[in-house]
Amino acid sequence: MTFATFLIQCLNGLQYGLLLFLVASGLTLLFGIMGVINLAHGAFYMAGAYLAYALTPWVRETLGADFLVAVAIGVALSIAFGALLEWVFFSFLYERDHLQQVLMTSGLILVFEQVRSLLLGDQVHGVAAPQWLSGSVSLGGVMNYPVYRLFMTCISAAVVGALFWVIHRTRFGMAVRASSSDRPTAQAMGIPIRRLYRVVFAAGFALAVLAGMIAAPVSTVYPGMGDGVLILSLVVTVIGGIGSIGGTLLASLLVAMADTFGKVLVPQASGIAVYLLMTAVLVWKPEGLFRQV
Amino acid sequence: MAGATLVLAALPWVCGKYVVDLASRTMIMALFAMSLQLLVGQVGLVSFGQAAFFGVAAYAAALLSPGQAPAQLLLLLPAAVAASAGYALVAGALSLRTRGVYFIMVTLAFAQLAYTLAHDTTLAGGSDGIYINARPIISIGGRAMLDLDRPLSLYYLIWACLLLAYLALARLAASRFGHALAGIHLNEARMRAAGCETGRFKLVAFVLAAAVAGLSGVLSALKDGYVNPEVLSWHQSGRALLMVILGGAGSLRGALAGAAGLTLLEELFQSESLFGSLARHWQLPLGLAIIALVAALPRGLTGWKPREASASDPPAPGA
Repeated sequence: MTFATFLIQCLNGLQYGLLLFLVASGLTLLFGIMGVINLAHGAFYMAGAYLAYALTPWVRETLGADFLVAVAIGVALSIAFGALLEWVFFSFLYERDHLQQVLMTSGLILVFEQVRSLLLGDQVHGVAAPQWLSGSVSLGGVMNYPVYRLFMTCISAAVVGALFWVIHRTRFGMAVRASSSDRPTAQAMGIPIRRLYRVVFAAGFALAVLAGMIAAPVSTVYPGMGDGVLILSLVVTVIGGIGSIGGTLLASLLVAMADTFGKVLVPQASGIAVYLLMTAVLVWKPEGLFRQV
Repeated sequence: MAGATLVLAALPWVCGKYVVDLASRTMIMALFAMSLQLLVGQVGLVSFGQAAFFGVAAYAAALLSPGQAPAQLLLLLPAAVAASAGYALVAGALSLRTRGVYFIMVTLAFAQLAYTLAHDTTLAGGSDGIYINARPIISIGGRAMLDLDRPLSLYYLIWACLLLAYLALARLAASRFGHALAGIHLNEARMRAAGCETGRFKLVAFVLAAAVAGLSGVLSALKDGYVNPEVLSWHQSGRALLMVILGGAGSLRGALAGAAGLTLLEELFQSESLFGSLARHWQLPLGLAIIALVAALPRGLTGWKPREASASDPPAPGA
């Protein structure tokens, strides 16, 4: 492997890892704070991608604006829809045991997939990246790298930074951390738990949708795309430790690197590198790297 | 129970091909569900990877079948089931190091490992799957005693396997081993304090459940004459969990009821005569039904759950 190839794979791994973090962070927050396993998180990612496919042409024709405006609109819509979904469905899952949550959210996946099928069909689609973000750029004269992937990495990194800032530097983040470590005391201190849950869920939902939207130009938009992301996110959560944002970040990067380099070095056994990594981590630390819940 | 057994035995003489096929599928699923009930209901281990053991045995049966000639059932069946049990030994030893939510996710990941191997590599035919060209037979001294290419023979083999497995698992639940498992379900720490090697018991239960799931997988492969990676998918694992929960996790009968219930529900929603062209989207009403049923019937159709000691119980004498 040449140095240029190695660098490219590192950048790919970084980009993939940060994207995976956007999805996995919602999953781990949902479990760490509300105690809900949500298998439908992959379906949210798929919804984001199809939303990008549906919104982008409309935004281009009606508003004359480009892909990024579609993403912004999509995120705004998803925050609203996420709050609604929490109110209508997820709020009933908090008292139930994990098995029921697993089954009910699997039912939700079927609902999401079929509603998408009814509204937008089952075809595979491409979403064109905006003009100013396509093509490749030369990095230090060593190699060329697609501009859009750099853009994805930057956006994801910015969101990661914002997430950490909110969790660790704001009063809201303090409330989130308090209710995840001791819910009754947090409530006794006056933190409005139900409202907090709604906000956290809507945020997690919107993060998954955002990830799907910005990934759409690269990964194409197809019916089963939620499954793969869900499984990887679950592996990330297991490795990183449920409820730990820092652990999720580290695990996302590890998983993405293992997957990226695994595919390049041993193409025949590509998908299993991730599971081997998970097995290795679990043999060493059965509750993930940074368990907090 | 005895009634249902007789009804199923008499079915091929009374009903047409469609009903017999439906009954075969239901019986195979019932076997699969019972295997998971052992883990979920008896020991309290929620495994989201049972499809791995279903699928590994199915694939083993397909891979071990020679190209054109029928295999020996009495060699093929144990070998395929042993393959599942072997995978379960490794997966279980690692998975059982975790607890609760982690256990659910780790079992899922092990199933995905098997799925990825089947789907993405050329080891097992990739996404196209493998055909079984000639179903196995039992032959003694060159004469065929049982030929599974005949549908009636296959039906009764499935029926016999289900019956025997049910009796065996019921016997197991009533045995000392079964009681130990129930004790582990209620309070593992107390069992350990009493000197029980809970880790070993759990692993044995895990491998046993995998063997039963493997049996159902082999039967499924033989019935269809075909395996593809979908038998290893997490949707299959989810279906098994659903059947156990819908029927009631506390008893074997619950697993049977859940299997019958879910299979019938799926048939209902796929029926074009009822839903016309919307039957294409049968997973939508199924998803909604799943949500509604799990929400409304947390204890399943048979509604029984082993009584757990609660705070409202009167204190034990001398406590």
